[in-house]
Amino acid sequence: MTSPNLRSAYGASLVRLGKKDERVVALEADLGKSTQSVMFQAEFPDRYFQMGIAEQNMASTAAGFALSGMIPFIHSFAVFASGRTYDQLRNSICIPNLPVRICGSSAGLSDFGDGKTHQGVEDAALMRSLPNMTVLCPADSIEVEQMMDCMLDWPGPVYFRINRNDLPFVYPEGEPYSIGKVTRLREGNEAAIFGSGIMVSKALEAAKALETEGISTRVINISTIKPLDREAVIRYARGVDAIVTAEEHSIIGGIGSAVVEALRGVSHAPVEFVGVPDSFGISAEGYDELLVHFKLTSDEIARTVKTLLKGTEKCASVL
Amino acid sequence: MANAEEIQRIKKLAWDLRADIVRMIGVGKAGHLGGSCSLAETVAALYFGKMHFDPKALHDPNRDRFLVSKGHSVLVQYAALVELGAIPREEMGKLKTLGGKLQGHPDMMTPGMEAVTGSLGQGLSIATGMALALRLRKSPARVYVVIGDGELAEGQLWEAAMAAARYKLDSLTAILDRNRIQATGPTKEIFDIPNLEDKWRAFGWNVLNVDGHDVGPILDVLDKATAIKGGPTVIVADTVKGKGVSFAENTAAFHNGAMTREQYDQALVEIEESRRMVQ
Ligand SMILES: Cc1ncc(C[n+]2csc(CCOP(=O)(O)OP(=O)(O)O)c2C)c(N)n1
Repeated sequence: MTSPNLRSAYGASLVRLGKKDERVVALEADLGKSTQSVMFQAEFPDRYFQMGIAEQNMASTAAGFALSGMIPFIHSFAVFASGRTYDQLRNSICIPNLPVRICGSSAGLSDFGDGKTHQGVEDAALMRSLPNMTVLCPADSIEVEQMMDCMLDWPGPVYFRINRNDLPFVYPEGEPYSIGKVTRLREGNEAAIFGSGIMVSKALEAAKALETEGISTRVINISTIKPLDREAVIRYARGVDAIVTAEEHSIIGGIGSAVVEALRGVSHAPVEFVGVPDSFGISAEGYDELLVHFKLTSDEIARTVKTLLKGTEKCASVL
Repeated sequence: MANAEEIQRIKKLAWDLRADIVRMIGVGKAGHLGGSCSLAETVAALYFGKMHFDPKALHDPNRDRFLVSKGHSVLVQYAALVELGAIPREEMGKLKTLGGKLQGHPDMMTPGMEAVTGSLGQGLSIATGMALALRLRKSPARVYVVIGDGELAEGQLWEAAMAAARYKLDSLTAILDRNRIQATGPTKEIFDIPNLEDKWRAFGWNVLNVDGHDVGPILDVLDKATAIKGGPTVIVADTVKGKGVSFAENTAAFHNGAMTREQYDQALVEIEESRRMVQ
């Protein structure tokens, strides 16, 4: 039975990969209990490297491992794994296109108490901008497992945005997975919600609520933020009157931006973003409270859909 | 040399800071108890003894600066600023809440904060910039920065060490809180950095040692650091992570742990008892 906790699923998957393939090594920067890389350490102490609180060094060291035939996984909080190491990821890893796996744990606002310095709401934007980098954001722990199963063969670097928490299961049972796949989780013909990470389950809730008001909404999970399946985004954006993106990330550079980039050049319904406005996070007593503070809720998604639909009605009447 | 009365006053205040750290964290909520408690005497000696710092003039350009590079330990600085009246006492109950001013890590929205830290390894660089600027502006102000022994793995810290030595920054004092525990365990097991004193000397720093829980010697060593000219000084303060709260001492469990109601009560009782014992 898969734990609903993304970090536990990650740790268990890493162990599974380690058993399958001796090339798998893990590097940690004093957050192993948080990232759950400790599970790998317990199983494979010889292939686990505690690098100390030195993320930049860890990243370039991983490049060395990869250049020597290994598949290194490096770990830290998302904010440090992507930000502190940016130049090392860019130059040591992405330019030579090395199979380094970067686990950005406690992504988004999930480290609610620690505040701005620890809440990673720009990491996807940073990572998306790096050529060769694959950027993954699982919506539940099953998807974490599916993604990890691809890590032995996938060429080039991969960045994982991993949330701290338990998330509801949304991945369709029996559905085959591959990196790059954009999955429709719910049918609907008036509005489309593209979600990633924790916002996928909230998008599903929003769609359910909208249905009771007679609004038929489709929900699409974008768990591969890059490379984004542009064809699929265009296909799922077709035929609706409103498109909303929902992400636990800055509205600059995340999946909202990615969807609009994908839709460029084709005519499409108006798009609105639900996400963190152009701001840093803030300390809060609880995660849910913080999500409400930044309006990362199913209510906000539903409200945004309705606002867009009203807007298109108005436009139609003006025309 | 501080007199006995002064030392006793500061010792008591150090225990007051610990009590306030515990109160701020509260029951059932994660909080950085360990690395904050290890600093109580150092911070008390600085704010209540050594530093030229007027809590009513937080922006005085000539104030001595104090920053905690290992920003998670800022609770002890909050407690000192509350004691000095720079932060309203009622803010303590709003630590890490929406609408409160006390963030999980140092933030400029909080009165008395000198910099944003929390991404480890950056504080010594910020302090170096401050000391360079103050010197350029002919200010007599000194800069004090606390760094952690786990934090020392960050390469940037050593880049800053080289820069501060290169510019002979004798107005800069770094205090290394050597509590020998980092986030996930003892530094010896996680990431041992041996011969620390030699390393700092090799980087061009003067090195002083002190028992980080003994106020008298801390005040003396701070004076000594001020007297040393021609280069920066690091004070290696040997401390106990979680000092003063028995269940939190020398363990990574309370690096950022949550206290039960019983632990909370026990912590305050123990701290009160230690305060009473102050000679
Ligand atoms: C760049 C960066 N990496 C990781 C962390 C997470 N982190 C916070 S505190 C800590 C351990 C710090 O150890 P130490 O410097 O010894 O502090 P102390 O034990 O005195 O609290 C870690 C790894 C961080 N805040 N910043």
